[in-house]
Amino acid sequence: MRHIWTITKRELAAYFATPVAFVFIAIFVAVTGAMTFYVGHFFERDQASLSSFFAYHPWVYILLVPAVAMRLWAEERKSGTIEQLLTLPVTTTQAVLGKFLAAWLFSGIALALTAPMWLTVNILGEPDNGAIAVGYLGSFLMAGAFMSIGICMSALTRNQIIAFITGALVCFIFTMGGLDSVVNVFRGRLPTILVETLASFNFLSRFDSLTRGVIELRDVVFLVSLTAFWLFATVVFVDRRKAA
Amino acid sequence: MTLMVELEHLAKSFGDFCAVDDISLNVSKGEVLGFLGPNGAGKTTTMRMISGFLAPTSGTARVCGHDVVTDATAVKSVIGYMPEGSPSYDEMSVGAFLKFIAEIRGFSGADRDERVLRAAQRLDLTGVMERPIEVLSKGFRRRVGLAQSILHDPPVLLLDEPTDGLDPNQKHQVRQLIGEMAAEKAIIVSTHILEEVEAVCTRAVIIGNGRVLADGTAADLLAKLPDASAICLVLPETAAEAATTYFRNHRAVGAIFETPAGHGRTRLRLTPKPEGLVLEDIAQLARAQNMPLIEIYQDGGNLDDVFRLITTGAAARAAA
Repeated sequence: MRHIWTITKRELAAYFATPVAFVFIAIFVAVTGAMTFYVGHFFERDQASLSSFFAYHPWVYILLVPAVAMRLWAEERKSGTIEQLLTLPVTTTQAVLGKFLAAWLFSGIALALTAPMWLTVNILGEPDNGAIAVGYLGSFLMAGAFMSIGICMSALTRNQIIAFITGALVCFIFTMGGLDSVVNVFRGRLPTILVETLASFNFLSRFDSLTRGVIELRDVVFLVSLTAFWLFATVVFVDRRKAA
Repeated sequence: MTLMVELEHLAKSFGDFCAVDDISLNVSKGEVLGFLGPNGAGKTTTMRMISGFLAPTSGTARVCGHDVVTDATAVKSVIGYMPEGSPSYDEMSVGAFLKFIAEIRGFSGADRDERVLRAAQRLDLTGVMERPIEVLSKGFRRRVGLAQSILHDPPVLLLDEPTDGLDPNQKHQVRQLIGEMAAEKAIIVSTHILEEVEAVCTRAVIIGNGRVLADGTAADLLAKLPDASAICLVLPETAAEAATTYFRNHRAVGAIFETPAGHGRTRLRLTPKPEGLVLEDIAQLARAQNMPLIEIYQDGGNLDDVFRLITTGAAARAAA
């Protein structure tokens, strides 16, 4: 546990070592805000809720989360520091978890900095703050699930751009997969088992109920187990392709 | 002598390519083993397997009794390892990097700071602790790599090309450091710089194509040269012909090579026949013949010759 935290601290510091981190956070806050007002019609809805704010998080995450995750292993591999890190007395699992936690906390910091949205609705009206808390929790879990996909793609390559693109693509598939319009395209063209698998990737519907303030155990279990699966895959890939 | 590192039939293949092919050897406390070989011989792969970074395809390595296949984490904790090119997190400052390594190695608080400081002092890094590693020169970066490897005072040190790219002063400093630590540790230094072997190593292993080709002290290796006991005479040109004729007729002298030595002098290189003459005998003969000797010395070749002989010989055999 201490090893994991030591690695997390180092990785978090690495994010803030360059201005990129601040630019990144600024973009996240600005884009989620703009989506809420311009696409989500926050004012026209005339409701004291943040559902129009949370609704666009998955779309922002598709691009921004893989961008946070892309350097985690690809950079280690490119610069050769993976050899330094993995010859220290830490297991691969500890290293993967340490890095994941750092990236997830980083996205959590960005998310926390959207607090002015929450203040705004509280000033303008009387929102259900419990529902908003559940929305934030759902958004944070979703970021974690996307992050685990991103870190896994990062473990497969030494090129950060490739890690970013494949990460964004897989996140996109998971987000879109559950939509009927997408599933119908493949129905009849792919084996049923593949179509049903695709249909079960309904990130959006699971996230939807969370943003509406409905916390359902199965949604939380879905996101957490998905995250665990991708992290496990990351450990396997890092172990198998260390020298590549 | 305590055995610290034991390699047992260690082998590693990448697909069809066999990088390390059945290497067995032991290193004891107090030894500095020079691990030599041409580029691509398998030095780095072997080091990576001992350090627990790569899993062997077959065979194993034991470090201080810990098996690298079954308990890699225990092996990692008793080894100080500097990977080839000493990669480090460039955006970190030297101090932060060493502190990170110390924390992962299990030190905290004052103990941690004390160890970081001591390692930094040993490698003359105290002046650059606040600087990001990316702005440092190659020599400093290499020293940062060395500092992190000795931070926890490990019983076994693996250094992959520790002096590569350093200037002569820095090389001397690194070798001095290795020499200072040699008595209490088992140290493996991989290199293709042969002067390093004579400077710091108590023993040298030459590998090629993933196999051990030679194992011994520098003197043992030099003895492998066919003309290891050759003797050179330097004479004025005018006296060279008489001397050549004399030695050519001597039954204990094999080949003679005559080369100009400049300044009107000639160098004669005599190879004694097996069990033949030693330096003193030749000197005596020359004096008896009143040869105007300017210089006489043993010229057994150098480690470069041994290295070429052993590694190219092996390559030729492998190709045949």
